[in-house]
Amino acid sequence: MSTAVTTPEAPGRGPINGLLTGGSRYRRLLWILAGAVVVLAAVRVISGEDALTSSSTMAAALLLAVPIGLAALGGLFAERAGVVNIGLEGMMILGTWGAGWAGYQWGWAAALVGGVLFGALGGLLHAVATVTFGVDHVISGVAINILAAGIVRFLSELLYTKNVKGGGVTQSPALSSKPPTLSLPVLSSGPDLLGHVERLHWFLISDVAGVLRGVSHEVGVLTVLAVLLIPASYLLLWRTAFGLRLRSCGENPWAADTLGVAVYRMKYIAVVISGALAGMGGVFLVFIAGIYRENQTNGRGFIGLAALIFGNWRPGGLAAGAGLFGFADALQLRSRSAVVALLLLVAILLAVLAITQAIKGNVLQSVIAGVVAVGALIAFLTIDVLPPGIVSFTPHLTTLLVLSLASQRLRPPQADGLVYRRGES
Amino acid sequence: MNALRRLGPALFAPVLAVVVAVVISSVVMAALQVNPLRVFEVMVDFGETPSQQITALVVIVNRAVPLFLAGLAVAVAFRMGLFNIGVEGQYRLATIIAAAAGAAVSLPGPVHVVFIIVVAMLVAAIWAGLVAVLKVTRGVSEVISSIMLNFVALGLASYLLTGPFRGSAPGTNIVGTKVIPESGWVPGLNKIFDVLGLANPPRQLYGFLIIAVVAGVLVSVLLNRTRFGYDLRASGISPSAASASGVNARAMVVKTMLLSGAIAGLIGLPDLLGSTHAYTTNFTAGLGFLGIAVALLGRNKPGGIALAALLFAFLDRSLVPLQIADYPASVVTIFQGTIVLAVVIANEIARRVARRTAERDTAEPAAAAPAGSTDARQEVQA
Repeated sequence: MSTAVTTPEAPGRGPINGLLTGGSRYRRLLWILAGAVVVLAAVRVISGEDALTSSSTMAAALLLAVPIGLAALGGLFAERAGVVNIGLEGMMILGTWGAGWAGYQWGWAAALVGGVLFGALGGLLHAVATVTFGVDHVISGVAINILAAGIVRFLSELLYTKNVKGGGVTQSPALSSKPPTLSLPVLSSGPDLLGHVERLHWFLISDVAGVLRGVSHEVGVLTVLAVLLIPASYLLLWRTAFGLRLRSCGENPWAADTLGVAVYRMKYIAVVISGALAGMGGVFLVFIAGIYRENQTNGRGFIGLAALIFGNWRPGGLAAGAGLFGFADALQLRSRSAVVALLLLVAILLAVLAITQAIKGNVLQSVIAGVVAVGALIAFLTIDVLPPGIVSFTPHLTTLLVLSLASQRLRPPQADGLVYRRGES
Repeated sequence: MNALRRLGPALFAPVLAVVVAVVISSVVMAALQVNPLRVFEVMVDFGETPSQQITALVVIVNRAVPLFLAGLAVAVAFRMGLFNIGVEGQYRLATIIAAAAGAAVSLPGPVHVVFIIVVAMLVAAIWAGLVAVLKVTRGVSEVISSIMLNFVALGLASYLLTGPFRGSAPGTNIVGTKVIPESGWVPGLNKIFDVLGLANPPRQLYGFLIIAVVAGVLVSVLLNRTRFGYDLRASGISPSAASASGVNARAMVVKTMLLSGAIAGLIGLPDLLGSTHAYTTNFTAGLGFLGIAVALLGRNKPGGIALAALLFAFLDRSLVPLQIADYPASVVTIFQGTIVLAVVIANEIARRVARRTAERDTAEPAAAAPAGSTDARQEVQA
């Protein structure tokens, strides 16, 4: 199925098909991205839901995607070294508390350091349990999630209930300084050209402007850092000797050991980095709220894990996954009626799937996709607004749907989740 | 000697874990200038009069019943190597639908109760079955899908509660379903105290205790005395060996998850049928996650799970007294978390010790231990 090695004389590939699916993987990805924007713009015009591509939705999507992306990046480091990290959620919780505690005393920079340190401590605990003691990775992760919730509640009770600066059992005092934000000059601030174009509501052009303005207007420092961490992780893991050694521990630790890689040490480093990144995701949540609150993470560590799997254990893929879930989450927060417009999107995508499957001759799959597409279309035409309880799980349902469609093509690191003992096979 | 050998490692790990957890939480408390001894004193103080003490015991047992069921649900899946993290969503959705269904029908006494139980088990089994179907047909990891389905279930439950199933008058603080008629209640067991000649406490001992015990015995028999249970355990220890001996791995995944889900459906019922009689916004939450901890502590065996559930229930009971005595009540959560982490590490150490002993035994053929101990079988796969 890999088109990367398609030879030019491959039969049956017309010029249009060649333009769309030929070339490198990156060109195909670009086409898919462009196609998504066009379809989204069309859905926006048909349904009249401007929230679908407005800059405020996009800005919210970015805000919601970053913590998920950071958690997923944390998962990437751990799982590439062969350690499954269900404890991301717990490490993120530790990160939020650390950020709140350091932040109210010494400002936002200290909050970043505090959150990252607390997350790294959670990672260290996971490493001790899984690498040194050989505990099942999922069990250790679940235990860390329970423990983290207990620790932060305990520390808050102890340090905040009688604190003169405010706070209480479930929240810290407010951060003493706010992190700075950046905007693109001329385009998104000052004259704000993109904002003007967006407000014209032209097909496609305004949509693109909305997306661009959303991701370039008053963006936090940590957002910029998080976005830069994606290519940085790629370079570190796939273009350095350190990265090769780390990944070899996730693919075949026994072989790595015979080649002189210190497997235990590499796994420790990877899992501590994993915790630090998840903690940074927690810091980001604290930055948004300006305060630590209990249950601020709300399962984002788990969604990060799903984004990692969705992204096939690669930095670019997990960023796309985080973006998708961030978008779904932003949409449900900003406008409940816009979620209904998503049904139209689902209908269009499934109709395309039905047609392609019919051409390939898969009658059954084509019929199923077609029926669901018609169902989604009917739902779009008849439902006005979904009730809040239903809308709240839009991102999770999206995750589940996407995973169930994509799971079989994914390839996790070979030794992911296996307990490795030196000298035993 | 043989019995001691078998019990030794089984007891060693949990006891070690509890000791380690006590030490760690004491150190944490001491470091934060809370006197651990005073805290433990408050935790074991059950009151002065016999009535107060019996009440405390009833509170503990009442809390232990749902925890035991939650542990059982998780353990059944664990024994096959499946992680059913979705127990939380399964029981919450099952309880609200069972509560609404129970309030909507009028049936004679026992039939009404059975009806509610069946509805709850069905709903939770279907919800868990979704996870299994996604796993065997689409290859989605059950860990991820059950976590996602948790969110979906909680969202659905909140929608059902505020929408179609809303039974309380508008404007009230606590939103709830309609109250189940009295024929659908499970009566308390307080007559026992009169028979035993003890003080009869004001609080009712849940009649669901009996159903939970029956469930525990049934699961134990099913796992240890039937072909299905053997296949299930075999698949958990070595999937490849199991399928080589003719076990259909996919069918086993579906059956196990359905069973695990059906048990999960029971978790909310002790509270629903024994005291609240309606599902409300402040219905007991978090039992699914605690169930994972209880199952781990109980080493996935019904007897162990019962003990673990009692320990966790004892810890939970001390929340209120600790708050009254002005101590941080979250000590309890830390304690529970540390126990779980300590027990999994201790299990691993115990396994290695047992393995070394086994290796020594096989090295001296004369002292070859009789086969059949669980630990020896666990070693085969490692």
